[in-house]
Amino acid sequence: MNNNGNTTLIPTTKTWREKVGLAEMLKGGVIMDVVNPEQARIAEDAGAVAVMALERVPADIRKDGGVARMSDPEMILGIKETVSIPVMAKCRIGHFVEAQILEALEIDFIDESEVLTPADHANHVDKHAFTVPFVCGARNLGEALRRCAEGAAMIRTKGEAGTGDVIEAVRHMRTILSEIRTVQNAREDELFVLAKDHQAPLDLIQEVHRTGKLPVPNFSAGGIATPADAALMMQLGAETVFVGSGIFKSGDPAKRARAIVESVLFYKEPKKLAEISKNLGEAMVGINCSTLPESEQLATRGW
Amino acid sequence: MAPQVGVLAIQGSFQKHIESLIRAGHPADQIYEVRTPKDLSQVDRLIIPGGESTTVGLLMQHTGLDQTIVERAHQGMPIWGTCMGMIMLARTVENREQFSLNLLNITVRRNAFGAQVHSFETKLAVVGLVDPIEAVFIRAPIVTEHGPEVQVLSTFNDQIVAVQHNKILGTSFHPELTTDTQLHRYFLNL
Repeated sequence: MNNNGNTTLIPTTKTWREKVGLAEMLKGGVIMDVVNPEQARIAEDAGAVAVMALERVPADIRKDGGVARMSDPEMILGIKETVSIPVMAKCRIGHFVEAQILEALEIDFIDESEVLTPADHANHVDKHAFTVPFVCGARNLGEALRRCAEGAAMIRTKGEAGTGDVIEAVRHMRTILSEIRTVQNAREDELFVLAKDHQAPLDLIQEVHRTGKLPVPNFSAGGIATPADAALMMQLGAETVFVGSGIFKSGDPAKRARAIVESVLFYKEPKKLAEISKNLGEAMVGINCSTLPESEQLATRGW
Repeated sequence: MAPQVGVLAIQGSFQKHIESLIRAGHPADQIYEVRTPKDLSQVDRLIIPGGESTTVGLLMQHTGLDQTIVERAHQGMPIWGTCMGMIMLARTVENREQFSLNLLNITVRRNAFGAQVHSFETKLAVVGLVDPIEAVFIRAPIVTEHGPEVQVLSTFNDQIVAVQHNKILGTSFHPELTTDTQLHRYFLNL
């Protein structure tokens, strides 16, 4: 007997609450880039809250050059069948057909990502048009709010993907949070000009003024390679971290993956972090961001 | 005196539960984030939020929190699990070798409605609540089997989505993502 009576309940889907809701469920966790089912299993066993399925990690995209596109659906499905945690995948900035394909594959979250080669010089994907939630990168408050206006259900710092250098992720997180504090402390009659300065919609600037935070969860990505890096981003105010090349480009991925998961739980406890950081083998070699020519900086992609 | 309520804060929607408890009128200084067995000793009831069950299971075992939760439950501490929290409370998880606390005699099926594109929300009648509750289902589990002692509190199209046995409560959906505090108030009075 159905306690709701005999009528079949018709659910409503595609609500904002469900989209942001899934991002809420990922808080306090680690999302890992994986390129095949074996890596996906290692990530899940290590305690990842989600995996990002892609053909090449950012470090390899950097090395190989050329145009980086959405991954082969076959490869994405292989990963989806392997794990029970949510699976994310990347589409190019503005490439709404890649996004449609990823939605048809029933991917749990789409990353409209600067790591891939942009497909539109001016427009991002209209994310309101989709059932699946999107995450987008941002370097500052204005960029974050423009993505929210387009329908992003999660924001992450861009950092500088594939470098293993955390400096840009730190810069972006500090910038977003300090700009939020400025908006929060402004007088109400100053919000109009702040909206203009940040090139962001007025209603979202007003919301930030009222709440003191982004309208959606605020995660961190781009260059995180060690448990200490992950804990640094959490102490700075990230709600979850993405680790791309840092795990599977290191000497002992399973161990490092587990250590980074633990570091996000104990991010405020240096003694535990010391224990967690022991004997992890070699970290990814990485690239010092200050040696990157502007043409090779991924974070400048996105409008 | 209001009870000291703990929210398991290893990973997931714990902040949303804290906001809901405050909205339900519970004093903020009597809500605790629980990460370790020591944190648990300060509280007299516990909410296990939504999140990822593999992650939380792993870290709970790592700190020994799993054993202390089971001990306290056996001493009568009320526990409410939402979504992942209900998976944690279950005796068995269908088709998977997965850690759980075995505090409710139920079998659960993870992601029973499919991937995120099949997540949905609806209004549900729940035994013990006056009004239908706003229910948000996100990659939600369902209860596929339960012992005779387990009471079914709610179903969605004949699938079991809320259960209770003594002071242990499990729901497939997320009241913490809405402004509806009926279930939080129900739990505080359990």
